[in-house]
Amino acid sequence: MDLTQIKMSVQLSGPEIIVILGACVVLMLCLVPRPGQGGLIAGLCLLMIALAAGMSATLGHVPQSAYQGMFVVDGISTYFKLVLYLGTALTVLMSGGYLRAENTDKGEYYVLLLFALSGAMIMVSGTDLLIIYIGIELQALSIYVLVGFLTTNTRSNEAALKYVILGAFSSGLLLFGLSLFYGLTGTTQLGATATALGNADAQDPMLILATLFLLAGLLFKVGVVPFHMWLPDIYEGAPSPVTGFMSTVGKVAAFAVVLRVLMQDLTALDPVWRDSVVVVAVLTMAAGSLVALVQTNIKRMLAYSSIAHGGFLLLGLLAGGSDGLASVMLYLLVFTLMNLGLFAVIILLNQGADRGEPIWDFSGLAKSHPGLALITLVLLLSLAGIPPTGGFFAKFYVLAALVSSGQVTLAVIAVLFSAVSAWFYLRIIMLMYMDETDHPAEVLMTPSLRVALAVTLIGTIMTGVLPALFLDVAQAAASAGLG
Amino acid sequence: MMGVPLLSLMILLPAVGAVLVPFLRDAQTARWFAFVFLFADFLLAVWVLVGFDASSAAMQFGEHYAWVPSLGISYRLGLDGISVWFVLLTTLLGWICVLASWTSITTRVREFMTCLLAMQGLMVGVFCALDMILFYILWEAMLVPMYLIIGIWGGDNRIYAAFKFFLYTLAGSLLFLIGILLLYFNGGQTFDVLALMDAEYPFTLQVWVFLAFLVAFAVKVPMVPLHTWLPDAHVQAPTAGSIILAGVLLKMGAYGFLRFSLPMLPEASHYFAPMMIALSAVAIVYGGFLALVQRDIKKLIAYSSVSHMGFITLGLFTFDTMGLSGAVIQMFNHGITTGALFLCVGLIYERTHSREIASYGGLIKAVPLFGILFAAFLLASMAVPGLNGFIGELLVLAAAFGVSGWAGAAGVLGALTGAAYLMGVYRQMLLGPTAAPSEAPLWDLNPRELLCTLPLILFVVWFGLYPKPFLTILQPSLDHLMIQLSLPVVTP
Repeated sequence: MDLTQIKMSVQLSGPEIIVILGACVVLMLCLVPRPGQGGLIAGLCLLMIALAAGMSATLGHVPQSAYQGMFVVDGISTYFKLVLYLGTALTVLMSGGYLRAENTDKGEYYVLLLFALSGAMIMVSGTDLLIIYIGIELQALSIYVLVGFLTTNTRSNEAALKYVILGAFSSGLLLFGLSLFYGLTGTTQLGATATALGNADAQDPMLILATLFLLAGLLFKVGVVPFHMWLPDIYEGAPSPVTGFMSTVGKVAAFAVVLRVLMQDLTALDPVWRDSVVVVAVLTMAAGSLVALVQTNIKRMLAYSSIAHGGFLLLGLLAGGSDGLASVMLYLLVFTLMNLGLFAVIILLNQGADRGEPIWDFSGLAKSHPGLALITLVLLLSLAGIPPTGGFFAKFYVLAALVSSGQVTLAVIAVLFSAVSAWFYLRIIMLMYMDETDHPAEVLMTPSLRVALAVTLIGTIMTGVLPALFLDVAQAAASAGLG
Repeated sequence: MMGVPLLSLMILLPAVGAVLVPFLRDAQTARWFAFVFLFADFLLAVWVLVGFDASSAAMQFGEHYAWVPSLGISYRLGLDGISVWFVLLTTLLGWICVLASWTSITTRVREFMTCLLAMQGLMVGVFCALDMILFYILWEAMLVPMYLIIGIWGGDNRIYAAFKFFLYTLAGSLLFLIGILLLYFNGGQTFDVLALMDAEYPFTLQVWVFLAFLVAFAVKVPMVPLHTWLPDAHVQAPTAGSIILAGVLLKMGAYGFLRFSLPMLPEASHYFAPMMIALSAVAIVYGGFLALVQRDIKKLIAYSSVSHMGFITLGLFTFDTMGLSGAVIQMFNHGITTGALFLCVGLIYERTHSREIASYGGLIKAVPLFGILFAAFLLASMAVPGLNGFIGELLVLAAAFGVSGWAGAAGVLGALTGAAYLMGVYRQMLLGPTAAPSEAPLWDLNPRELLCTLPLILFVVWFGLYPKPFLTILQPSLDHLMIQLSLPVVTP
């Protein structure tokens, strides 16, 4: 590795370096606490994210490998990184008001967010199984702490503890799978692994075992049945902005890894995992949609809704091809926008983390805050997949990819569960518009939350009304990535 | 009229209105605003009808812009001799709905008018759309304002009814979406309706797509056994909601058969025709019998709709020129008549707050103007010769006898039952000693109420006595449909 290679590698990993340096700077600032520096720190975070985004955008879409094949910058990784920046920036915007309301406005929060972001970025760009693992751990460790950030709140502490234990367990599964692959192929690099597996026998028990462990570890991170049990408790206990962050940024990064490993590189494993993923996808949509019907806590409900969306995303993986890949990419962008938008609304309605977030907080919202109710209506309709919102188009494109690959039965199952899941989104709309309450919700509006709501709302509508703008980017990246 | 995108204008005018209404100062301004916008929309529809070339079966007033080029989705509009009438019907009922809600909706008026305006833009769009995805988006988006109209301003059991309406329709339309995708991948990767009509599909595929479409359209029509949402939705909806539901939304199901199932899937349509005819016959008789025993006037009209819509699907699947034109005529006329009946019920309900048939009596003496109009609409719904309901029902019955004696017999039985329950309403509510369910004095129609009933009675009489203009515009498009179904064209 000579000097020019090192220079190029550093340049390609520039966005990661910016984010990590930013995190360190913010950490220093926290050492000299001053009252009211939360705003300054949040602004600094946004600046760093914007710098990283600018850098990512200039790096281009031609696949370029760095660090001797351990790291790559291509259209897909750039696309996902931009979604990650968007999700993190929105989370930063949403956090300030919440943290002040909960009296935990500490700078460390933002440091951890930036570290989690850098972990997610490494996951997206890693082309070596160990690098990917390091990214996963960096992201997960930061989120463990964030989940328990409300130190005096027992639910938050409980959630953090559960997450640490289950997260460690799933990392164990993943590592075991990786070590089996290393044993089979003698390398951890994805490209070399793919070459070594080129003429592997799909019936080889060792290969099946390795694939299943790898799959279990990844699906655990994604949060689909049967590895979904951790989600509802942790979603409920974590501070609301953190829940929003992990349900979008965490999911996007985990799916990016799944796509990179299973669709782009280790395509030889396809016959090994296909049947089990079909079962997993169907069970996930079923469990997510059906269990969400009976939830009375909005964050728990969104946890199950997010599980159901995860099942739908797996369908894009099953559809395969560049359309399948692009459909997952588009879906994740839309999901980030609409889900974070709804979390912004939840934060607005926050009545104290000790009390929880019952869905009845939404009662009569249309009367007391008609504008906010309308925004929530659009976001909920998008989550339910009703046109002309982005949620509809995202689902439509996944279904189109699925039908095009001839898996019509799966598509029919998917739309039926999609109809079931409409019920619990509609129930919130019903509470807002058709329910009366004596205690109209108090709304904690801050300028930065306003911005976050506006961005998510406009994004949700734009992806539905002018989907071509976003679709073309995803399609170009996907077909170049598979090329 | 090249250059003026009339159809887009008709869709966008109410849509823009819907965006603006929430910013208005008070309820009264919102009412006038909605009325002006919807009436202007109606005038546009009249303009389109006047400029319509009656000798052609081609799509007219076409517009086409690329939307999502990489998937072949485009914004494509156009009208033929069939859809032009439904656009007229929709826009006519639109402003009538505003007048009908003038005093009966007093809470959250601006939101209500927003919903009405949004609804109108979407409904006109559905009838104009010539791209499957555009059609689907508009069709599905319609659920939202309708859900809110029923759920916010409806009766006591409104939330149940609104949920039922939404979920039934949603489940049906999602399968429709899969059907669209199947056609897309087998018909040359385009969502252009006309191109998909010209493509040939293998028989098995046609069967599956037909079934997927059937669920969506059968829910909307509604056909037995998927009709159970209708009585709930109709009874709970406010007057304007009932008018839109009965007048336009139900027609969309039948329009779907006419526009998509028949021309795109001719072999499957022929294959399933016996089943469709049987289901229609069941709907006619079953709906009629249920209507016979209703005590709630809105429920009675709802079940009569099930029965009358049965005539329409029966006519469509006879594959006979008479049956098809009868069905389309019946679609339009049912929209007018049933819309008018719900309007009348709404007007009287506003005075007495009772839907119980037995609590009324002798209205023709107490409120003569209302009584006469209500009587005329009841007679029209009964298909009395000289009023608009007659010709459609007659053509469908004639065609039904040509296909199967049993279907014809069911039709006759349905028509007789219809006469029985509508006569029952007529006798109980209009004749006999005067009775009203409340102490409050009844008052006859005021000018506003007359203004919203008179155009409807005009159509009732006009189409009863002189339906020729209607048929002239309709015929080329129907002939074209017969060709698509590879059936001989017989001009009556």
